[in-house]
Amino acid sequence: MVEIGHFALVLAFALSLVQSSVPLIGARRGDSAFMNAGSPVAVAGFALVALSFAALVAAHVRSDFSVANVWENSHSLKPMLYKYTAAWGSHEGSMLLWVLILTFFGALVALFGRNLPATLKATVIAVQGWIGAAFLLFVLLTSNPFTRISPPPFEGRDLNPILQDIGLAVHPPLLYLGYVGFSICFSFSVAALIDGRIDAAWARWVRPWTLAAWAFLTGGIAMGSYWAYYELGWGGFWFWDPVENASFMPWLSGTALLHSAVVMEKRSALKIWTLLLSILTFSLSLLGTFMVRSGVLTSVHAFATDPSRGVFILCILILFIGGSLALFAWRAPGLTAGGLFHPISREGALVVNNLFLTTATASVLIGTLYPLVVEATTGDKISVGAPFFNATFVPLMLPLLALVPFGPLLAWKRGDIAGAAQRLMFAFGAALLAAAAILIFVDVRAVFAALGVGLAVWLVCGALTDLAVKSGLGSQPPKVMLRRLIGLPGSMFGTAIAHAGLGLTVLGMVGTLSFGAETLATMKPGDVMSMPNHSLRLEGIRPVGGPNYTEQQAIFSVLNDAGEAYGQIISGKRFYPVRQMSTTEAGIRTFWFSQLYVSIGDETADGGVVVHAWWKPMVTLIWLGGLVMMIGGAVSLFDRRLRVGAPKAAKRRNRETLEPAE
Amino acid sequence: MRRAVSALLVLLSLLAVAPAFAVMPDEVLADPALEARARAISAHLRCMVCQNQSIDDSNADLARDLRILVRERLTAGDSNEQVIDFVVSRYGEFVLLQPRFNARNALLWGAPVLLLLAGAAFAYSRLQERGRRAAEAPLSDEEKAALERILRDNKPAA
Repeated sequence: MVEIGHFALVLAFALSLVQSSVPLIGARRGDSAFMNAGSPVAVAGFALVALSFAALVAAHVRSDFSVANVWENSHSLKPMLYKYTAAWGSHEGSMLLWVLILTFFGALVALFGRNLPATLKATVIAVQGWIGAAFLLFVLLTSNPFTRISPPPFEGRDLNPILQDIGLAVHPPLLYLGYVGFSICFSFSVAALIDGRIDAAWARWVRPWTLAAWAFLTGGIAMGSYWAYYELGWGGFWFWDPVENASFMPWLSGTALLHSAVVMEKRSALKIWTLLLSILTFSLSLLGTFMVRSGVLTSVHAFATDPSRGVFILCILILFIGGSLALFAWRAPGLTAGGLFHPISREGALVVNNLFLTTATASVLIGTLYPLVVEATTGDKISVGAPFFNATFVPLMLPLLALVPFGPLLAWKRGDIAGAAQRLMFAFGAALLAAAAILIFVDVRAVFAALGVGLAVWLVCGALTDLAVKSGLGSQPPKVMLRRLIGLPGSMFGTAIAHAGLGLTVLGMVGTLSFGAETLATMKPGDVMSMPNHSLRLEGIRPVGGPNYTEQQAIFSVLNDAGEAYGQIISGKRFYPVRQMSTTEAGIRTFWFSQLYVSIGDETADGGVVVHAWWKPMVTLIWLGGLVMMIGGAVSLFDRRLRVGAPKAAKRRNRETLEPAE
Repeated sequence: MRRAVSALLVLLSLLAVAPAFAVMPDEVLADPALEARARAISAHLRCMVCQNQSIDDSNADLARDLRILVRERLTAGDSNEQVIDFVVSRYGEFVLLQPRFNARNALLWGAPVLLLLAGAAFAYSRLQERGRRAAEAPLSDEEKAALERILRDNKPAA
């Protein structure tokens, strides 16, 4: 089975070479037989990579320690779920997952791209084939997960304990669906540049792909953030770690792409910019893969000592980013510019959105790479960490967030900013009220917190205002309004939902950072730790055995103001003997949207234990907001108008009557 | 999660079985105002043996030593800047998670502002230029002919 997987991977590489060349030659020559060859090859390539991936999963599930990858990342006593997920818990396995998703998307274009112009489809499939070939070769030459060891060891070295969590089952697949999803936008852009034209079919195809990739990436990042929050035991939700930035940069530029693609689809303006942005977004995904996979982040020197993987990905990076940008510089001037618009208009608002988002992306990129550049050029070692990113990124985001509610209320071509402001009076009033309430009832000095809460309320109410205005609030009787609200297209609901989700995330961050509390103490059984709204009493410490670990659990009672226990929190510390590593299993109890977070340290000699507890108000909104954004993306994706296919005239007319703002 | 995880791998391999805790109760200063300042300073100082962790978050021995050092200086009456300068003089600028404003870091700090301004200027000038061109551009001969044809054809109907 393992050899079948290896063989299938080699075969998939051979097919990807066919996929890279034959349809492209067909498209250049106008030979439809050659062009049509692309689709079955892309589907077969996906089937082979899927077979290969299944072989790796099977080897992990059967704990076949004759496979080096299984031996390094598994153990016979490991719970079954982690035997599955460990297949992509290692470098080799995660790269195979990357390629699997890449070929999956290629196959989707092949299967569902019937109504695409034949040359465009053939070229897209060929470009997708180039990426596939490069990464399959990378896996085969430098990161082969099917290498055998002889003689096979009796026992494996276990998966890194931090990864032995349900998060590994969800986070990497979601993240990669997003990361790699942008490859389709990239392929479409490169194909458009090769073809030398962008037409309506192009825009209709790119928008849903961007939406889908963005929604997956949003979910992946939110999930990863929550995982880090509960697993690392110090309760942070974002660390500005270079590895986090690697996934955040494609998200930022992907968000910009999502918005510029709307302008391009609806107004056929910003064509060239959208093209560039989709190239840049996937380039950032590639860069992220390089940064995480090459070891360059740990140190330039670590990269230099074992450069085989790093140099290979660097070559892929230069080839694809350099190549596509060169192609862009060469071909983009020949593309026709699109529709005109006044600076105060929906288009103008989306340009402002893109301006801020791309600047933010660039700031994160520069901050992430600056230490590397400084070390490589001057030899000095400097650090760029969370305080820097907070000081630059947050001021860039504030004006953007403040402007968000205006965007959807402005008309295309020429908007009425005074009119939009008037409609937003209610949202503005609500935001002021919320900010005032914070100052009056919580703390007069909490000016920043009040501003933050006000901003969050402004975003949520602004999104609601958008829906209310579009369904005719004030100008129509309630019955008509309700009918119009239900009849609003999915993409309008999607916009409002996603913007409201953004507001919820902001509220979660502000709540946690501004009103959180933290207590640290050495406790013995019977001791009480008082927290702002709840107190904790340590009831006892007990050892617990797990399948492949031992655990010390501290049991706490949650007390109310009267000192009565009404709940329990168990916080643990696990020790995994195979890896000689320990993990914290934070005890978390959720009260509405807020959480009480308890983690324990070592036991002291006299029978006490070090307890670190946090009260985190509104903290779950950070990730729930991400989930809401993802739902917004999905709702927008299922808008019937976005379903790929020639737009029907009747529906188009119908939509125009539904947009009263225009 | 590939993101934090590979950072963690390195981190944990360095720490091995160390107690999974950052600030310990015995380090905490009695004066809450002084302790708050110590925490704020700690969040800006890098744990030198970790990957991208502040000494406030790290449970490495070196981070503990630095935390204690920061608290000692504060108790001795140093200002926040004096404490940070002292740590930098011993460990170099690598210890600062927020790089200083200086010539070498000009690009780092200046880039966001410059990019925003340059981007805004570019977008605005493009918009103006396109608008002007559209307003000024005379019709080509082909377009004139087409226009005339349309006007002529529509006359009887009008």
